[in-house]
Amino acid sequence: MLPLSHATTQYRDDRGAFLTDAGYWLHLIRAVEEAGRRLYLQGRLPGSFYDGRGQEATSVGAALAMGPDDVATPLIRDMAVHLVRGVTPEEMLRHYLGKTGGPMEGRDGNIHLGAFDRGTIPMISHLPEMLPVGMGVALARRRRGVDSVAIGFCGDGASCGGVFHETLNLAAVWKAPLVVVVERNHYAYMTPEQTYLSVSEISSRAAGYGMRAWRADGNDVSEVYDVVSEAAAGARAGEGPGLVEVFTYRMHGHGAHDSQKYVPPDELEAWGPRDPLVRWRTRAQEQIGWNDAQQTELEERVRGVVSAATQAALDAPDPDPADLGPSLFA
Amino acid sequence: MSTETITYVDAIRLALREALRGDGRVVVMGEDVGAGGGAFRATEGLQAEFGPDRVIDTPISEAAFTGAAVGMALDGMRPVVEFQFSDFLTSGLNPIVNTAAKMHFRQRLQVPLVIRAPAAGGFAGGPFHSQNPEAWFLRTPGLKVACPATAEDAGLLLGAAIRDPNPVLFFEQKSLYTRIRGQFEYDENAPLAGAAVRRSGNDVTVVSYGAALHLALDAAEAMADEGVECEVVDLRVLSPLDFDSIRTSVEKTSKCLIVHEDYPDYGVAAEVSARIVETLFEDLDAPVRRLGAKFWPIPFSPSLEQATLPTAREIVDVLRELAEF
Repeated sequence: MLPLSHATTQYRDDRGAFLTDAGYWLHLIRAVEEAGRRLYLQGRLPGSFYDGRGQEATSVGAALAMGPDDVATPLIRDMAVHLVRGVTPEEMLRHYLGKTGGPMEGRDGNIHLGAFDRGTIPMISHLPEMLPVGMGVALARRRRGVDSVAIGFCGDGASCGGVFHETLNLAAVWKAPLVVVVERNHYAYMTPEQTYLSVSEISSRAAGYGMRAWRADGNDVSEVYDVVSEAAAGARAGEGPGLVEVFTYRMHGHGAHDSQKYVPPDELEAWGPRDPLVRWRTRAQEQIGWNDAQQTELEERVRGVVSAATQAALDAPDPDPADLGPSLFA
Repeated sequence: MSTETITYVDAIRLALREALRGDGRVVVMGEDVGAGGGAFRATEGLQAEFGPDRVIDTPISEAAFTGAAVGMALDGMRPVVEFQFSDFLTSGLNPIVNTAAKMHFRQRLQVPLVIRAPAAGGFAGGPFHSQNPEAWFLRTPGLKVACPATAEDAGLLLGAAIRDPNPVLFFEQKSLYTRIRGQFEYDENAPLAGAAVRRSGNDVTVVSYGAALHLALDAAEAMADEGVECEVVDLRVLSPLDFDSIRTSVEKTSKCLIVHEDYPDYGVAAEVSARIVETLFEDLDAPVRRLGAKFWPIPFSPSLEQATLPTAREIVDVLRELAEF
C-alpha cells in the first residue's frame, strides 16, 4: 500500500487504511530521525540535532486527523507532521544538513522546518509563540470561506509560557478554530515537570479558559487520532477551540547533545515497552492481522527510502550566500 | 479623501478608511479600537462603518493578537494592528522581531502586517507612555519603519505601509495628533520611501524626523535671523533609509546635525552620523553632531521632562557651533 501525498484522507470508517498509513509514517519519522542523529554523532550534521523518539504517535495521529486546508504549527518533537503533509525525507535531510533543496534553503535549520504551501508553518524557537500564528491562518481562511482548523503543538514545558495563556483566552473569546495539542512528555529540557507544573493535568486548565479539553494516551496513534479528530470537528463546527493533552514520554534527550543524566534509569526503562511503534504493531496485529512479512516489508521500504534520501542530501550542494540579501524583503 | 486642512490623526483615520474600503483583506485590530474608536480617536467611526469583523477589539494580549495577525498576514490578509502606546511593543515583541521579521528571510513567505504605535512624549506621560523605540526595530533586519512628521505623510505613508508586502512599524507621533494640520489626498501610488527637504539652505544640513522635525524647523527659522541658512531634511521613512537625500544635502552644506526625540545614543542619529563620516568624510567641514533626549527614562514631572527632551533652543545652540566651526 502506497503512502499518502499531502492530501490527507479522512479515515472515519476505514481503520485498516488508517492503521496501515499510520504505521508507515511512524516508521518513517523514526528512520529519518535515526539517520539524522547518526549524521550528527558522526560530525556531519551542523548545529544541534533534535528528535521526538518515543513521541511519534502524537504528531502522526494529529497530522492524520488534519483536513486538506488545515494548518499546523509543529514543534521540536513533531517533525512527522511535515512528512505527513508532504515534505519528503530528502527535503527534510537536506534541511537538516543546511543544503539546498530544503524548504528554507539553509537559511534556517533543524526543527525550524516548515512548508506553508503544504500546511505547516516553520516555528521560531521561542515557545509557544506559534500557537496564535496558526490560529490566525485558520481564521483568515475561514473568512474567505475555506474550511480550516489550526493544530497547534505545545510541550508541557512550553505550556507555562505567557503566550500559551494569552492564546487560549483569545481563542476562546473569538471561538477560534484552534486545537492545541499539549504533549505531556514530563520534561522541559533537563527539568522534570514537578518543578514547573502547578497542576497534575494541563487539560484541567481548559475549563478556566472557557474551552473544551480531551485527554489521550499519546503513545497510541489511534487514540491520538480519535481525540484530535473530535476536537478539530468541534472547532470546525464553530464550537470554539479545544485543548488535547496527550500523555507520552521523551525517550531521548532534549537534543542529541543531551545525555539525559538527569533521568532516573528505571523511568526510561519503564517507558520502553510503551514505545508508540510497538503499540501500533500490537494494534495492527489485532485489528487488521498485520503479520511479520508485512512488518519486514515496511521496514525494508522505509530503510530504502531513508537511505536514498540521506545519500541525496549528503550529495546536495551548499546554498549560495548571494541569495541571502534578496531573501530579506518581499 | 480630503483637500481641506485636517489634523495628523484625521489623516490616519482617513487612510485607514480608504484602505478598509478599497481592500477587503484589510482589518484593523487592537485594544479599544472598535467600539471605543481608539485611545487617540484614530479609529473613531470605523467600526460603525465597517463592522466588528473588520475593526476588531482585542483583549490586553499583545503577544497573542499580534501572533494571530502574523498568521492572518501569512494567509494573505492585511492586518493593521494598533499597539495603544509604542511603549507596549515590548509586550508583543516576539511576533514582530522574530516571527514576522524573519519569515520572508527563512522561507520567502510574505507577512504584509502593519503595526501602528503612537510614540513620542511631551505631555507628562512618564517613562511608559513617552518612548521612541524605533531603534530596536531599525536594527532588526526584515522590518520597515516609518515615522511621519506631517499630516499629509501620516496619511500617505500609512496607506503605503498597508500596501507593502513586508512587516512595517508605523510610529505615529502622539504630540502631533491634533497639534498639526495639513492637506492629505489618498494616493494609492505613494511609496514607502523617500526623504523630503522641508526647508532649503546652503549652510548646515539638519536631518530629522517625527515630532522633532518641527523643533528643527523652528530652530532653522531662528538661525535664518542670524544669517545662517539651514537645510532641513525630513527622513519620513527610516527603513528603507533615503541616504541619497542626506548625501545631496551634506555635499552642499558640508555640515550636519541629526536631531530626533529618541536618544542620540545607538539610534538613527548614530547610524546616519557613521554613514556620513564613512562616505562623505572629504565633504565635511565640521564633525557630524547629534541631538536627542538625555539618556535616561523620560521622567513624568513637566519640568523634568522638559529638561530631558530636545528643545529648539538646544538645536539652535548646536547649529551656532556648527555655523562657526
